[in-house]
Amino acid sequence: MPKDGGIGASTRRREDVRFLTGNGHYTDDINLRGQAYVHFLRSDVAHGRLRSVDTSAAEAMPGVLRIFTGKDFEAVGGVPCGWQVTDRFGQPMQEPKHPVLAHGKVRHVGDPIAAVVAETREQARDAAEAIELDIEELPAVVDMKAALKDGAPKVHDELTSNLCYDWGFVEENKSAVDEAFAKAAHVTTLELVNNRLIANPMEPRVAVGDYNRSTGDSTLYTTSQNPHVIRLLMGAFVLGIPEHKLRVVAPDVGGGFGSKIFHYAEEAFCTFAAKALNRPVKWTSSRSEAFMSDAHGRDHVTKIELALDKDNNFTAIRTETYANMGAYLSTFAPSVPTWLHGTLMAGNYKTPHIYVNVKAVFTNTVPVDAYRGAGRPEATYQLERVIDKAAHELGVDPIALRRQNFITEFPYATPVAVEYDTGDYHATMDKLEEIADLKGFAARRKESEARGRLRGLGINCYIEACGIAPSNLVGQLGARAGLYESATVRVNATGGLVVMTGSHSHGQGHETSFAQVISEMIGIDADMVEIVHGDTANTPMGMGTYGSRSLAVGGSAMVRATEKIINKAKKIAAHLMEAAEGDIELKDGRFSVAGTDKSVAWGDVTLAAYVPHNYPLADLEPGLEETAFYDPANFTYPAGAYACEVEVDPDTGRVTIERFAAADDFGNVVNPMIVSGQVHGGIGQGIGQALLEACAYDENGQLLTGSYMDYAMPRAADVPFYRVDHSCQTPCTHNPLGVKGCGEAGAIGSPPAVVNAVIDALQSGGHDIAHIDMPLSPSRVWQAMQG
Amino acid sequence: MYAFEIDRPTTLADAIKALGAEDAQALGGGQTLIPSLKQRLASPARLVCLSGVAEIKGIRTADDGALCIGGGTTHADVAAGAGAYPALAALAANIGDPAVRNRGTIGGSLANNDPSACYPAAVLASGATVVTNTRQIAADDFFDGMFATALEEGEIITEVRFPVPEAASYQKFEQPASRFALVGVFVAKYATGVRVAVTGASEGGVFRWSEAEAALTSSFTPEALDGLVLSGDGMIADLHGSGAYRAHLVDVMTRRAVAAAG
Repeated sequence: MPKDGGIGASTRRREDVRFLTGNGHYTDDINLRGQAYVHFLRSDVAHGRLRSVDTSAAEAMPGVLRIFTGKDFEAVGGVPCGWQVTDRFGQPMQEPKHPVLAHGKVRHVGDPIAAVVAETREQARDAAEAIELDIEELPAVVDMKAALKDGAPKVHDELTSNLCYDWGFVEENKSAVDEAFAKAAHVTTLELVNNRLIANPMEPRVAVGDYNRSTGDSTLYTTSQNPHVIRLLMGAFVLGIPEHKLRVVAPDVGGGFGSKIFHYAEEAFCTFAAKALNRPVKWTSSRSEAFMSDAHGRDHVTKIELALDKDNNFTAIRTETYANMGAYLSTFAPSVPTWLHGTLMAGNYKTPHIYVNVKAVFTNTVPVDAYRGAGRPEATYQLERVIDKAAHELGVDPIALRRQNFITEFPYATPVAVEYDTGDYHATMDKLEEIADLKGFAARRKESEARGRLRGLGINCYIEACGIAPSNLVGQLGARAGLYESATVRVNATGGLVVMTGSHSHGQGHETSFAQVISEMIGIDADMVEIVHGDTANTPMGMGTYGSRSLAVGGSAMVRATEKIINKAKKIAAHLMEAAEGDIELKDGRFSVAGTDKSVAWGDVTLAAYVPHNYPLADLEPGLEETAFYDPANFTYPAGAYACEVEVDPDTGRVTIERFAAADDFGNVVNPMIVSGQVHGGIGQGIGQALLEACAYDENGQLLTGSYMDYAMPRAADVPFYRVDHSCQTPCTHNPLGVKGCGEAGAIGSPPAVVNAVIDALQSGGHDIAHIDMPLSPSRVWQAMQG
Repeated sequence: MYAFEIDRPTTLADAIKALGAEDAQALGGGQTLIPSLKQRLASPARLVCLSGVAEIKGIRTADDGALCIGGGTTHADVAAGAGAYPALAALAANIGDPAVRNRGTIGGSLANNDPSACYPAAVLASGATVVTNTRQIAADDFFDGMFATALEEGEIITEVRFPVPEAASYQKFEQPASRFALVGVFVAKYATGVRVAVTGASEGGVFRWSEAEAALTSSFTPEALDGLVLSGDGMIADLHGSGAYRAHLVDVMTRRAVAAAG
């Protein structure tokens, strides 16, 4: 029987009522009295020296309050980077300053040069057009390998080159890996590109800065996945405002996919300008601006080699990746191709020797940072593609080759520094074979061929490291932040609860699933639980939502705080019933004395806590409010197996997804419907990457895909009805809920399944094609078929 | 968007008069012009909105059997009302999305002559006549390269007259991002011969593939195209496909159109 509440119930999302009826409250819905508007004048050249920015004519335009340029920000800090990577030689990465407004040079199309604040948005835009720019255009670097050549134009004059870092992982493993390759019976090599993506959340970014002259407090309303992180980065590193004088509010946020983790210059600008002008200052990104100012994702160029012994056991993996940083280091950019990528190169397989080399490169393009999956899709894609290629070269079944090499004993310490706590990769593969009906594939292929279509089947596995992460570990790895999470649980006198969480919901459904957990723990209706997030003024210091961490880390903090609540409530109940605390049991919202018929309701206890007339005041403080900070002992390791079936139209090269199945192990599941939705969305984005999406620049650094006319987003017709299953559950061993996280899995696991399927289809049609780079657009597939 | 004046005439005569003003521009359904205004890529001083002009809307059948569609008729109305010319109705039903189809008009699309728009292929393949407030223009004389037509300043498309073919089909291969035609081929078979018009492919805008027309006039079968080679020279080459790919797609879509037209 499916439950109708608590953990494991597919409770409908309570937040959808307001989202679906137009009652969501987003940052752009915030309009403050006396608000002014800013328009950013952005560079239309990729690389140039700013000779002069003449604002005199523009300043005289109607409605203009003030025009800011880079000079106004000389005295404040740059936009900081939150992660320092140490290179193969023990040296810190090259870390250039990222000014709020460009100063001296512009470094990518979209780099903000000046900010016009005016009474209206149109006046600000009109005045921006009257600013006279004198820019000496410089040759741009776009291609990463070209950027590293001697004599290449430098994105940052003060750096020695365009190399941010050259990272080796694990450097000490390198010689053992080389030795294993020398002894290998077979080596499969694959060179591939992990295409640059633009996140495209439905809601573009917005920032409203406000300054209270009477208190001297600043407030920033912003589209963020982690308001506390923004408060810390912007307050401490850019503007020099202490946390107690700075509030950051991220209300309803319409999707982020990573792109709203980062601290952006526009946020700092609005906060700064509000104080300078003593007026609220608002910026709403247009979609066109989003394309050239939101951090992009992926953009790796990789060579991977897989060594096998004569029995087809994997013996070593060696990779070399060029990772595009763009023109500046976005908040977590350096960590993505390193610690979120290199550590996952073992995948689901017991490969004894692994070496990962990553060269991070500055180019005259928009900064690149985490995008749904962040490093883990890049790792999974190359590994699962090279395994498929090896299976083809060796003439063995790709599923059998994977099964043969699966890790089967847990905990398992990989050669790339992480320890998987639990997993059962055969179980998810068994489940996949069942739900994908792999037995029926041959008949379906015949049916497709009868219609003149080529049908292919692609299989792959994935593992990811989520629930980031132990703070002491990430500190050693270069993180400039802790990665715990927090929760304050406030019980009101009449028994309702308010949970103030450091996690942030921007589509994930926390308000529903977090309440289900509390409901289960206490045995009360979920409607008695309110989840509050997104405002630094009323939530404890928290690190926010990304890396599939909210339930595993934020949920665990909430569980710990609720445990404290229950422990205290039991003391109160024991007093009320004149029983020993150890005999008190909580079930279905009632405290009872074991072995008796004595009981008191949850609400009687909570009322006693706030009206403490009959209360052990000598031993216990009144009130019922507890806070917990939870720092995880390890990452969590969701894993699974995916299958995709495609048809290729050999006349046009067009690929259609016919079937898609996903068998995931997320550990325990709180709300199966929300989990399915997360997987559906992730697969949709993975299909987008595999077939449609590609951010392209020309050789001069002009963005060729600056709108939806050329940047292809997946639409409903591009995706099939998914078969998803998460009944294979090996609970996480180190968090109280046994959960692993599900937000990114779909985007990590699906691109290789799609590409493996297309290659299989083409090979079935007699085409000798080993690889096509994503996106597998009709023209690319057709071109490959031409030989 | 820059500031502009707007006129909302309700008669053709008033619309023509309003367009006589300096720097005035006609506004059809606005599916191209409004985004251009929002991006500040166009800055007309005065817009003359044609959507209130009832006399250029609607679908009728002329005495000679031609299907006549008012220049201000929306794609949605053509999709619903051009049953006498099913291939044309199907084309209209597959332009853009519902919002585009409910606002965009046939006259607006033809006057804009986007090289990837669908309607120019139908007009050219049908040998249709574009009727304006001043004259009648044969389809073969109307299109004049990308975004250029024979229309004079201030001239309004009032009607498009389509001779109804014996058989026809429009096959569109969509550009993955915009869903405009990467290549669209309209094949129409008349007693006098077959006409084939191609949109999306050429740097010169919509064009007739005369070799295919000759081959299909002698035999209206996909196989009749065997041996014909269309060069990729002069075809659009961009992120979404090379000239050679577009030329190949013209062949594939033409065959499919012939097969679908039966």
